[in-house]
Amino acid sequence: MDIVEELLKGNRLALSRAITAIENETDEAMDIMKKLYPHTGHAFVLGITGPPGAGKSTLTDKLARAYREQGKTVGIIAIDPTSPFTGGAILGDRIRMNGLTMDEGVFIRSMGTRGSLGGLSHKTADAVKAMDAFGKDIIFVETVGVGQSEVDIVKAADTTMVVLIPGMGDDIQAIKAGILEIGDVFTINKADHDGADKLVREMNMMLDLDGLMTDWRPPIQKVIASQNEGITETIENIEKHFKYISENGILTKRRTERSKNEMLDVLHSRIGSYITNKLVETGKMDEYVEKIKARETDPYTVVSHVMKDMLK
Amino acid sequence: MAKVRVLVAKPGLDGHDRGAKVVARALRDAGFEVIYTGLRQTPEQIAEAALQEDVNVVAMSILSGAHPHLFPKVVNLLREKGMNDVLIIGGGVIPETDIPALKEAGIAEVFTPGTPTGDIVEFIKANVK
Repeated sequence: MDIVEELLKGNRLALSRAITAIENETDEAMDIMKKLYPHTGHAFVLGITGPPGAGKSTLTDKLARAYREQGKTVGIIAIDPTSPFTGGAILGDRIRMNGLTMDEGVFIRSMGTRGSLGGLSHKTADAVKAMDAFGKDIIFVETVGVGQSEVDIVKAADTTMVVLIPGMGDDIQAIKAGILEIGDVFTINKADHDGADKLVREMNMMLDLDGLMTDWRPPIQKVIASQNEGITETIENIEKHFKYISENGILTKRRTERSKNEMLDVLHSRIGSYITNKLVETGKMDEYVEKIKARETDPYTVVSHVMKDMLK
Repeated sequence: MAKVRVLVAKPGLDGHDRGAKVVARALRDAGFEVIYTGLRQTPEQIAEAALQEDVNVVAMSILSGAHPHLFPKVVNLLREKGMNDVLIIGGGVIPETDIPALKEAGIAEVFTPGTPTGDIVEFIKANVK
């Protein structure tokens, strides 16, 4: 099977195989990405992040259904944590999305973080591109359940939605740096639980104090995802934000920044592995390590040497 | 680096999935990526999820006695989708006398109650493509 050709024709197995190649970083993957790249840049990428158990998967399911009713095709990338000890993972986000499995306009892929700590996996951005080239109109990226500082999603998404739930802490939490700074749209899920209104007040207070705020004030919507309440309003908020960033040049700026990051990521990883391989092949790796261990030299001096040597 | 991906699935109308969760956890601890889709899946849903997740293994658990019908159906649907390399295994309350027919239908191995989870891990490691 020619993966690229079949993927572009709409073959779902080809899309699936492409993402596997990307995740496993096979030799084929870079070739696939090169060929898919010209076909990307059309999808709207929505990031969904928030703490574990906030209802991100349930909300993704409901939002995806709403977009399907508008006739849009949907890709979903759902990320769960990989064990740092065994490398294994339980990817359980599909449990909340079973109703979407048989809809041909939806493609769901679960990914493990595989060592990445920013709430995504290293390969999420490329998996998004594969779905984009496949022709999906909207791609949801659901992060792992995050704590306070896993903010990589902003680099991957056009619009970032932060999902919060009542009862997670007092108002000092609301003025801390981190995930609360990245929300373009806020959703307070499980709004039938105690403390939802208090959380809305605290979030508003946080936004009132935001000195960096542009013309866009992130809306805060109360939702009960399991009962489909507040979904229409949430979609409206997402659309409003997309319209805002499209009309103000922010989307172009974000995508330019993303292109730069993509290039730098590839550059760093390829130069890194090129130099590492050379060091191993020539036996210099062990030599340097021994010298550093014996305190005859230091890592900084070694790296200066290596760079002078190899990057002429 | 390639990682073994396993779909743990519960076809049919079983009311609980304790066994499937224990197996899922054991496979996780063996370093596999386990996609778990929850209770009451149709064969069509299982095959489609296996395709979207590009798994190497589909592991089905069933307690209700519907295995002679549901297991082969999943095998056929996977083949129809072009997923020819997938290792398909089954487990649950399955009479010994039913096992030869299931193997004939394409189920690589059947694990009955009391199987140490390590046996399942070893079987997957030895047979996954």
